[in-house]
Amino acid sequence: MSEQHVQEQHEQEHHIVSPVTYMIIFGALLVGTALTVLASYFDLGEWHIAPGLTLFWNPVVALAIATTKMMLVVLFFMHVKYSPRLTKLTVAAGFIMFLVLVGMTLTDYFTRAWGRW
Amino acid sequence: MSDNTAIANGAQTEAHHEHPPYQRHHFETVGQQFDATNFAMWLFLLTEIMFFGGLFTAYLIMRNWYYQPFVDASHQLQIFWGTANTVVLIASSFTMAMSVWSAEMRRRKSLLIYLCLTLVFGLTFLGIKGIEWHEKWEKHHIPGAHYSVQSFVNPQSDPEVYKEYKDAPLSPDAAQKTEEYFFLYFAMTGMHALHMVIGIGILVFMIFRAKVGAYTTGHVTFVENFGLYWHFVDIVWIYLFALLYLISRH
Repeated sequence: MSEQHVQEQHEQEHHIVSPVTYMIIFGALLVGTALTVLASYFDLGEWHIAPGLTLFWNPVVALAIATTKMMLVVLFFMHVKYSPRLTKLTVAAGFIMFLVLVGMTLTDYFTRAWGRW
Repeated sequence: MSDNTAIANGAQTEAHHEHPPYQRHHFETVGQQFDATNFAMWLFLLTEIMFFGGLFTAYLIMRNWYYQPFVDASHQLQIFWGTANTVVLIASSFTMAMSVWSAEMRRRKSLLIYLCLTLVFGLTFLGIKGIEWHEKWEKHHIPGAHYSVQSFVNPQSDPEVYKEYKDAPLSPDAAQKTEEYFFLYFAMTGMHALHMVIGIGILVFMIFRAKVGAYTTGHVTFVENFGLYWHFVDIVWIYLFALLYLISRH
């Protein structure tokens, strides 16, 4: 009961993120940009999962780095880390919904001619 | 007792709370008002995610269907300009975050400086985008009646790109599909740039308001929520950069 009260109080006060945090995130984003450009200059190979199904590592790495950068921006620049739980839930629900819609659309398109190539 | 007196008496008995002038009457506290508007801004951003998500999905499907034309077409983009623009946009996100901090700390001067820096970075981004688009215009790579497949059916006619990638010529049929890449390229970077233009318009408005001290009274909602929009546009670019420029080098 009291714990919940503390949580509520915590959510009510406005958290001010310090410039030091912003600078660290800024630095991390620049490092991420350098890494992803660097990675694009190397052929990172591919993984033949099954006949006709190949996973190229270059796009996987590029998207993984982009997603890491996105998380840093969302959590710190957009203050989600310091936001009320309602905001956290909303943002998470939005991303999951996005992944479901894109994922289901892609599974449809990518499997229409399955095994016929 | 008439209704009017009843309301008047009611208003008297329920004493008027002390609250800052920017707190609307239908909110209990400033904190509640902040959270509610913040929540609404996030809902708007979710619709934006779905909007750009449609474009990204179209790109992924098309790239899967017409893999080679998409790879060859994306070799036309210069990684140098893409990287420069990514750095510029991340820097503008940083200065925007610092603007929010300045507003929270009620520092009018530093708020103005950071907002102006954000504006300069935003304009720089659009300038670089303009250079890139102009190059596409010169090479007839803008989809439409004047589109040319020259660089793809005969890669050696485009020596600058050829010496870096040594792309094999595409058949005229396949080369035609590069137009779809550029259609999506312009649709995605164009929609992104439109968001930047809108953001820059709001930034100019904010700079005038900040000058008269509108955001340094403790009322940071507008700056904070605009910051969310600006960072969202930054995130879209992070993905555009990865998908349009980087993943097709190999």
